[in-house]
Amino acid sequence: MEGYRGDLLDVSNLRVFFHTYRGTIKALNGVELWLNQGERLGIVGESGCGKSVTSLAFMQLIEQPGEMTGGRIMFDNKELNTLTEKELDSVRGKDMATIFQEPVSALNPVLKVGFQIGENIKRIKPKASKREVREETANMLELVGLDSKRISGFYPHELSGGMAQRVMIAMALSSSPKLLIADEPTSALDVTIQAQILELLEELVEKMNYSAILITHDMGVAAEFCDKIAVMYAGNTVEYTTVEEIFNNPVHPYAKGLFKAVPKVGQTSELETIAGEVPDLVNPPSGCRFHPRCSHTKPICKDGFPPLQELSPGHFVACYLYGDEDSK
Amino acid sequence: MKEISTGNLLELKGIKQYFPIKQGFLAPRRVVKAIDNVSFDIPKMSIFGVVGESGSGKTTLGRTILRLIEPTQGQINYNATDITHLGSKEMLNFRRKMQIVAQDPYNSLHPRKLIKSIIGEGVKIHFKKKPEEVYLDVKNILQALGLKEEHMFRYPHEFSGGQRQRISVARSLVLRPEFLVLDEPTSALDVSVQAVILKLLKQLKKDFSLTYLFITHDLAVIDYIADYVAVMYLGQIMEIGPKSKIFNSPAYPYTKSLLDSILHPDPGKKRNRKTLKGEIPSPINPPSGCRFHTRCPCVKEICRTQEPEMTKINENHFAKCHFPLVAGTE
Repeated sequence: MEGYRGDLLDVSNLRVFFHTYRGTIKALNGVELWLNQGERLGIVGESGCGKSVTSLAFMQLIEQPGEMTGGRIMFDNKELNTLTEKELDSVRGKDMATIFQEPVSALNPVLKVGFQIGENIKRIKPKASKREVREETANMLELVGLDSKRISGFYPHELSGGMAQRVMIAMALSSSPKLLIADEPTSALDVTIQAQILELLEELVEKMNYSAILITHDMGVAAEFCDKIAVMYAGNTVEYTTVEEIFNNPVHPYAKGLFKAVPKVGQTSELETIAGEVPDLVNPPSGCRFHPRCSHTKPICKDGFPPLQELSPGHFVACYLYGDEDSK
Repeated sequence: MKEISTGNLLELKGIKQYFPIKQGFLAPRRVVKAIDNVSFDIPKMSIFGVVGESGSGKTTLGRTILRLIEPTQGQINYNATDITHLGSKEMLNFRRKMQIVAQDPYNSLHPRKLIKSIIGEGVKIHFKKKPEEVYLDVKNILQALGLKEEHMFRYPHEFSGGQRQRISVARSLVLRPEFLVLDEPTSALDVSVQAVILKLLKQLKKDFSLTYLFITHDLAVIDYIADYVAVMYLGQIMEIGPKSKIFNSPAYPYTKSLLDSILHPDPGKKRNRKTLKGEIPSPINPPSGCRFHTRCPCVKEICRTQEPEMTKINENHFAKCHFPLVAGTE
């Protein structure tokens, strides 16, 4: 894609509002993200910061009472927010596939696992014979390390969490997507199983050279899997850069605080905390949404909305503490 | 900085907790061995961490110690008193001293009661105080935990996750307990809130001279907070010892695998890629011999048939393994 920041995905100024009886929840307020082919982007942030809503918006799956009120999502030379439902069908589950957080509830409980994977294969290759579909299903199950003969006849409740997540991965990859979105793929799993699943995902993504977006609140998972990290806070991208840069040299006050609050094995220093709480997005703070909790607040932070600007090559931050002297 | 400990607050001897499985009338009786022969001591004023995967019996252990579920077998000594068979009246005094903070702050607070009565109820029962005194107690404990007096007249749904967990802790602390079971107190919380609660718990332990049994699946949290660590697998304690020993020289292969599967929040630090294969087996039919032999990377023939004894590795450091990874220096 020429003229965009990423050659696979470019999201600019994405806004999603939810109209509820309490008022309008301004869930996403100008999210900026982009991704090149073959890259792995991690979206990190705390609950309610809009990570999952962002991924739903990519797929154009925001439903009533939610509404995408602004912004543009360019994916693979298509402007997704202008496509009709029919046109979107050729993107969802084909070019772009999702692995959801809770695998057991994401699968249909009354259909056998093999059938559910086969359904997606049939959708992508409508002319495939029954036998081809069955073979393809078996291949996918073997690919994710499951015994296809046994597992394809199972119902979802017969699977453990780790197995169900493998089935979800098989289903998502059955269409050879250009972009794989994994929404907290390991947070419902135990540490040893989490390590297994993450290793599998890494191996597959590397082998097939997929592009991937991993949504997580777990900094360990993000550090392990991603090349680039976007930190979100209260519906905004506050910092976007490479994984090394964000862990070693975070610059946004929120990102700094967040990384210091994570307990690490072998750490001897005290944990640091961020004062205050995540704001209510019905009445978000004016200006920079982090300013009430920030220890470097200036007058401009309350009024102006800091744009995402390039601090050093490839390191973007939305904060008035940085940037040209005039705006300080 | 080690606190002066004067003996053990809690001693568990051969605790078993079996749950019968309801089946047909003629079907053979089967049980889930949720806890199978667990013995350990908790020193006074220490933080005793329990780690393990889901289904390993961590939560059941916490509840059994408090006799919220009666143990099938075994003995619980609290401050050198056997409390295993005390009647409910005699137990009442111990109930005050031994409190629990539940995992999920969204479900553990009564949704239709005011914070005032949620926290005050225990005070009324245990101290038989007048309403004005109860009010004062509740107010003081809320302030000690960084909440405000006006919060007493709100309902649980008006609070955030972190605040609810504080209320949950306040409800326990208002009774001036000596021993707290903390069952995954931070796993439902975000990292920044988790940091606040962990620091608070550490501080409270000092201020109120508490002893904690801290249950969690998060090894980084255990490393941050605990003095002693017990590693559970399928209802048994497989390794137990001071935190530094467990983290720096684990003797049991499962402990080692757990430590290897930690994802470090540091992109420069690549993980030791020896992921454990397979999943935790069912506690209805636990594997014969050593329970971990089905997944153990260094399994030998004897592990399949003979259950290992708890062996001493070092001072205070024990592992239940035929072939411990580190040899004792003694």
